[in-house]
Amino acid sequence: MPTIAEKILARAAKRDQVKTNEIVMAKVDVAMSHENADVVIRAFKEIGLKKVWDPERIVIIFDHRIPAESEKSAATHKRIREFVKTQNIKYFYDMREGICHQVLAEFGHCRPGEILVGTDSHTTTHGAFGTFAAGIGGTEMAGVWSTGEIWFKVPESMKITVHGKFKEFISAKDLILFIIGQLGSDGADYMAVEFHGSTISEMTIASRMVLSNLSMEMGAKVAFILPDEKTISFVRERTKKEFTAVLPDRDAQYARSLDVDAASLRSQIACPHAVDNVKKVREVSGLKINQALIGSCTNGRLEDLKVAASIIEGKNVHPDVRLLIIPASRRIYLDATKAGYIETLVKAGGLVLNPGCGPCLGAHQGLLAAGERCIATTNRNFQGRMGSSDAEVYLASPATVAFSAIKGEITEPC
Amino acid sequence: MKEMFYNRPKPLHIKGRVYKFGDNINTDIIYPGKYLSITTEREEMARHCFETVYPEFLKIAEPGDIIVAGRNFGCGSSREQAATCLKYFGISAVVAESFARIFYRNAINLGLTVVIAPGISKKLEHNDIIEVDLKMGIIISKKNREELKTIRLPSSVLEILSAGGLVPYLRKKLGVEQ
Repeated sequence: MPTIAEKILARAAKRDQVKTNEIVMAKVDVAMSHENADVVIRAFKEIGLKKVWDPERIVIIFDHRIPAESEKSAATHKRIREFVKTQNIKYFYDMREGICHQVLAEFGHCRPGEILVGTDSHTTTHGAFGTFAAGIGGTEMAGVWSTGEIWFKVPESMKITVHGKFKEFISAKDLILFIIGQLGSDGADYMAVEFHGSTISEMTIASRMVLSNLSMEMGAKVAFILPDEKTISFVRERTKKEFTAVLPDRDAQYARSLDVDAASLRSQIACPHAVDNVKKVREVSGLKINQALIGSCTNGRLEDLKVAASIIEGKNVHPDVRLLIIPASRRIYLDATKAGYIETLVKAGGLVLNPGCGPCLGAHQGLLAAGERCIATTNRNFQGRMGSSDAEVYLASPATVAFSAIKGEITEPC
Repeated sequence: MKEMFYNRPKPLHIKGRVYKFGDNINTDIIYPGKYLSITTEREEMARHCFETVYPEFLKIAEPGDIIVAGRNFGCGSSREQAATCLKYFGISAVVAESFARIFYRNAINLGLTVVIAPGISKKLEHNDIIEVDLKMGIIISKKNREELKTIRLPSSVLEILSAGGLVPYLRKKLGVEQ
């Protein structure tokens, strides 16, 4: 009767079974870092080993400050490149590929049944492939680089079941914002979330990634979508590595369950300054905006750009609004260009930035002044996150952001 | 090694003055994103604790203070700087009703004492003097001698913390200690 989390941890710990709340040592399959590899490198050097445990299991991807916004970041990039060469790190994606969570998926690094740790909180994204994927800090990653192992407390699991068809313009983002609003920002603290139900099985891989990605914002340690044919064929097209998909037992025990009816869902929005401050878009419609942002590891994928382009086509972005478009990866950028979405968005007045994290975390590109308001498809609206602490960030779906960008105010799609 | 950040084992008994925060203090608040390009200069990180949203912290707080907070302390980003800046500022412990998991692990790995104590934030005020006893799993408020229970760390995890963090712990375990 184990859950997915229990099955994967048992296998990674070379045990028949594990018990909730016990501490286990797990073997790591993939260890990902971005620019904070610099923090990892320093701690790794302090631990004092000469060589990393396995240069073929470490993945480094630049995405947070690309191209370098300062001399300091340029020096960080340089130090990491040198380390990559010295240690023969096999999978290094310099700034040309895009956001780490998208790049990991596109290059076949997320495989069902495996353990993936990343020095980024949104590493939960890869639960969308049935991977036990959790965020960790830099020093802990240095421990993984040294030993290939990490301790985990076997988490309790939460089962979220979703049935029904979305109304027009309602998407995975509205669903997960709704769930976070219900459960609160610590509603899934330390837990493994499993998404079940017909709505989830019908979802695209891209939409499933939105659910796993944002589950972090309710505290989840990992957030699984049950791997199915769609998952297997997506992964097989991208890697030759063998993997074994894991499903929960039918009578698996869950500490908590939640059922959601997708059909009755309206557009949702997370209001300042917390991701669980969720309202229906119509409750805050009419608020003027200065910036609209479509991108990030949450919603910068092809289907997001497609819906935005279909809404904006033939119209103009409101003159008082800066619409920033950030494709999540080079692949997506190319596909969106080929499909004409980029042309549509640029014609309407959108600014297309290079694939990367952009202003989501407030490092560069499109920060906000005091008193400004931004509606974004990103994942956090904490006070001061995207520039001034007197600015406001609202989080919504690509459709809501697109409609709002045209009207110049927060607008419910219809 | 030139600068040994992870230098000594952690004391299991800590005494200090309370600096109080509320619920859901996220890592963007603790360590603003605009300073994430500071990756290795730990003293510099300490100069930016809470700078954007609670700038008074840098003026009022003192090394040795114990942060007492409500639920979900350290939620949000995995940035280790959030734990490093507090440690390097000299915060001797963070006691909260609950922690977000990545911050919690980061703190332990850096040798910054973190203690889960349900109900703590209602019982303590700014400037109270408290004693944290990790071994006994209790907090004693000097004001009224009240004893508050904490949730004890699993012994394997306490071992990492009491070694002074993951680096000294692994150096010993892997036999690279000089």
